[in-house]
Amino acid sequence: MSEKVGVYICHCGANIAGVVDVAALSHWAGELPDVAVARDYKFMCSSLGQELIEKDIQELGLTRVVVAACSPHLHEATFRNCCKRAGLNPYLFEMASIREQVSWVTANKTVALEKSKALISGAVHRVIHNQALEPIIVDINPNVLVVGGGITGIQAALEIADAGYHVYLVEREPSIGGHMAQFDKTFPTLDCSACILTPKMFSAGTHPNITLLTWSEVEKVDGYVGNFTVKVRQKARKVNTELCTGCGICEQKCPKKVIDTVFEAGMGLRKAVYTPFPQAVPKYPVMDVQNCTFFQKGTCKACEKFCPTGAIDFKQEDKVVSFDVGNIILATGWDLFDCRRIPQYGYGRLANVYNSLEFERLSNAAGPTGGKVILRDGVTVPQSVGIIHCVGSRDKNYNPYCSAICCMQSLKFAHLVKEKTGAQVYNFYIDIRTPLKAYDEFYQHILETDETRFVRGKVAEVTDAARLPGEEGKLIIQVEDTLIGKQRRIPVDMVILSAGLEPRHDAKEVAKLFGIGCSADQWFIERHPKLDPVATMTEGVFVAGVCQGPKDIPLSVTQGAAAAARVIGLVNRKQVSLEPVRASVNAEQCSGCRICNNQCPFNAISFLVDKGVSEINPALCQGCGTCVAACPAGAITGSHYTNAQILSQIEGILEVELGQREAVPA
Amino acid sequence: MKAYAYFPGCSLEKMALSYHQSALECARRLDLEFQELDDWNCCGTTAYFAIDQLLSYTLSARNLALAEKKKLDMVTPCAGCYKNAYFTNVTLKRDADLAEHINEALKEDDLHYAGTNQVYHLLEVFCNDVGVQEIKKRVTQSLNSLRVAPYYGCQIVRPRKDHEEVENPRYFEDLIAATGATPVEYQLKMRCCGGSLLITSRKAAFSMARNLLQNAMDNGAAVIATACPMCQVNLECYQQQINQEFGARFSVPILYFTQLLGLALGASPKELGFGSELVSASAVLAQIRNKETSTTQSPYIRHATS
Repeated sequence: MSEKVGVYICHCGANIAGVVDVAALSHWAGELPDVAVARDYKFMCSSLGQELIEKDIQELGLTRVVVAACSPHLHEATFRNCCKRAGLNPYLFEMASIREQVSWVTANKTVALEKSKALISGAVHRVIHNQALEPIIVDINPNVLVVGGGITGIQAALEIADAGYHVYLVEREPSIGGHMAQFDKTFPTLDCSACILTPKMFSAGTHPNITLLTWSEVEKVDGYVGNFTVKVRQKARKVNTELCTGCGICEQKCPKKVIDTVFEAGMGLRKAVYTPFPQAVPKYPVMDVQNCTFFQKGTCKACEKFCPTGAIDFKQEDKVVSFDVGNIILATGWDLFDCRRIPQYGYGRLANVYNSLEFERLSNAAGPTGGKVILRDGVTVPQSVGIIHCVGSRDKNYNPYCSAICCMQSLKFAHLVKEKTGAQVYNFYIDIRTPLKAYDEFYQHILETDETRFVRGKVAEVTDAARLPGEEGKLIIQVEDTLIGKQRRIPVDMVILSAGLEPRHDAKEVAKLFGIGCSADQWFIERHPKLDPVATMTEGVFVAGVCQGPKDIPLSVTQGAAAAARVIGLVNRKQVSLEPVRASVNAEQCSGCRICNNQCPFNAISFLVDKGVSEINPALCQGCGTCVAACPAGAITGSHYTNAQILSQIEGILEVELGQREAVPA
Repeated sequence: MKAYAYFPGCSLEKMALSYHQSALECARRLDLEFQELDDWNCCGTTAYFAIDQLLSYTLSARNLALAEKKKLDMVTPCAGCYKNAYFTNVTLKRDADLAEHINEALKEDDLHYAGTNQVYHLLEVFCNDVGVQEIKKRVTQSLNSLRVAPYYGCQIVRPRKDHEEVENPRYFEDLIAATGATPVEYQLKMRCCGGSLLITSRKAAFSMARNLLQNAMDNGAAVIATACPMCQVNLECYQQQINQEFGARFSVPILYFTQLLGLALGASPKELGFGSELVSASAVLAQIRNKETSTTQSPYIRHATS
């Protein structure tokens, strides 16, 4: 064995050098067998640091490189490229993490030096066994799947379609538009939500590059970046969209009225055959089979009788369509926190306690009351209204996170109530959070002009149990006003609960379907919270909007566009190179037992019946190593993680004598 | 027959004798064996914890040790005893150092507490261990839609257990419904009755009891069922004084839930300690006996000034 290894130790300013004696480490590493040169440098990742390595590779003829610095998560790609530039195969390089695993986790210089030595020794032993690998190049299908037709998904779809690529936009509900279509006004400008949304909906509905699949859900996703195959179930509308003109006669004639719990948030009625709102895209109605008189009792068919084009089709079945895409954007949005989970606030029990979506519908001119803010009796205009912030958010009993939109939403409600009813409005808040453009100005405006009272304190309960004079027939809000240090009881006519945003109830299953991760709260996990917020750990799958975490409309639109830009960038390249960290089966050793077949989480293993052995598709394989461990014959090898590489790394680590554990102070 | 170590607590010796009698009668009729602890001691009640925590824990730990010696889970009908025993149990299991201290003290009595048993309130044993469905099957005398307000009080749900609905529990209502009575929905069912505030600030305590009575009455309660001797005393004994203080006219029977459950299980009023009420329960008993008058008028008449 005559490999020439170069070891490079990074100071990372004082990050590493402040704890690890880098000079001693470098001197020690230089004495290791096979090590031709060992150097330490202030910032290895700087261009000067990289040039140092490149120069050594070329001048000293290094055949292997080890960098002891930060985590490979951060700079592995940097140093691999550095090796490549100097003509060394990038997989003949190893990284030892002496920052995250050493200097950041101890202040004890003795043990820091010992552990650094162990990690470097492991890396040096391993790198000798590393093999030169070439990245796998695959073509990218230019079509894109966008899941979720809210404002985020619409934005992403339009950006990609405008760039000239085809988009499949899949939406679960009968129309695109999402939650934004339900809102009355948008903060802080108070422009009409529908007025700014519907032009975008219309564009998405008519764009030649967008295939709209509403009343549809993704059922199956196979493949990998550039080459996904997607199966989508189109639920039966019972309406033939080839014939339907969207005239709405079926809806007018349908005798069955149903409480609309989705679009109208339970505040209004719809028919059994319906479009959720007048500006729905597409314009075609859907039939609610559970509530249709014909489906339940066998007679009626009013819609069929009156339809001028014969578009009603009671026999229509669900259809599963399948298509190929290269990239996927998830913009699946959010569910509203269920206020019944906080019984002391009376939602669902006390009639005039509303949640935020209900109030949006109440205030919306196209809503069930024509925009009049009135109590549940349908006539009384409230004279006093309490708005409670942080319902279900910032509360360890429910959701610990801040839902980000509720403060501004509550201020908007305060303004709308005042404008429409002249009522005395109270805002009950923990903290007011108005950090973005023109938000705090809006808050100041409400403070100064709307005579809204702000009470700082978490509301204990909303009750109708009157105790003091003036409380009869009112809803009493019991709260500790933390600014005056007193308990207060404030009687009001109406209570609005600013409920928080929650991940979709099925976020976990959706994450699994697309092979991405969910946080403990069940928001989708981005690749990096700051520097890569719309990519995921799965190549070719992107997230945007609230499904990644609570955010308002401007941020959701920004993320939709950002995800689209990432996808367009990939598609423009036409090809993508995949990490060659892949498993492969040695056909001679394979006994054909098929144990590995079901273990693979990526469905990359197939059984070749004619040869009697299993085979791994390198494009599907993600290099996780499950099959390598599962194979009883040891016939599967994971490239870049071979037995020789791992065992030699362990050997290298164990060669360094570590001090007694007891000697380590806490 | 499932057995429990029964810790009645001081109140049930005298003032809440009817709770003691009816609890044991119900247990007998539900095939539960309640073995009273030998030589049990006072739990220290609410006040002692504020004065000497260590000694308070020791008091409750002694009772727990006695139960553990019997290898039985502990049940107590008093909400105060329950709260003290429950927290002591949880705290000792979590705090090995404190447990060591306390076991040192228990040594004097040749006792040791290892923390192997559980602590239940009587309501929990009936609702969870026996089960509401089972109780429903054993009801021989329906309570005829009697309007019963379940009064949880503040202590039973306060040891916040996993997955328990502490803001709007329903098990007491379910139990009442199982007896054929109608549980009354009212807001203040878990509010404090005033507790020992009666000794230090009478006016504040009266106001709290008044709010409770008022709220139950406003929602049409014919009787309030309690699961705590302290709550029973505060709500029943001071009704006259509350009437004087607030110009109200309350006259509502406050019974132990076991007295009502016992009637439903076929026990006689005498077996359940009826007869010592300060506010007569005769209307309640009459309604249960007589199906015709199943819509008893609420004994409460709203006072003129409110």
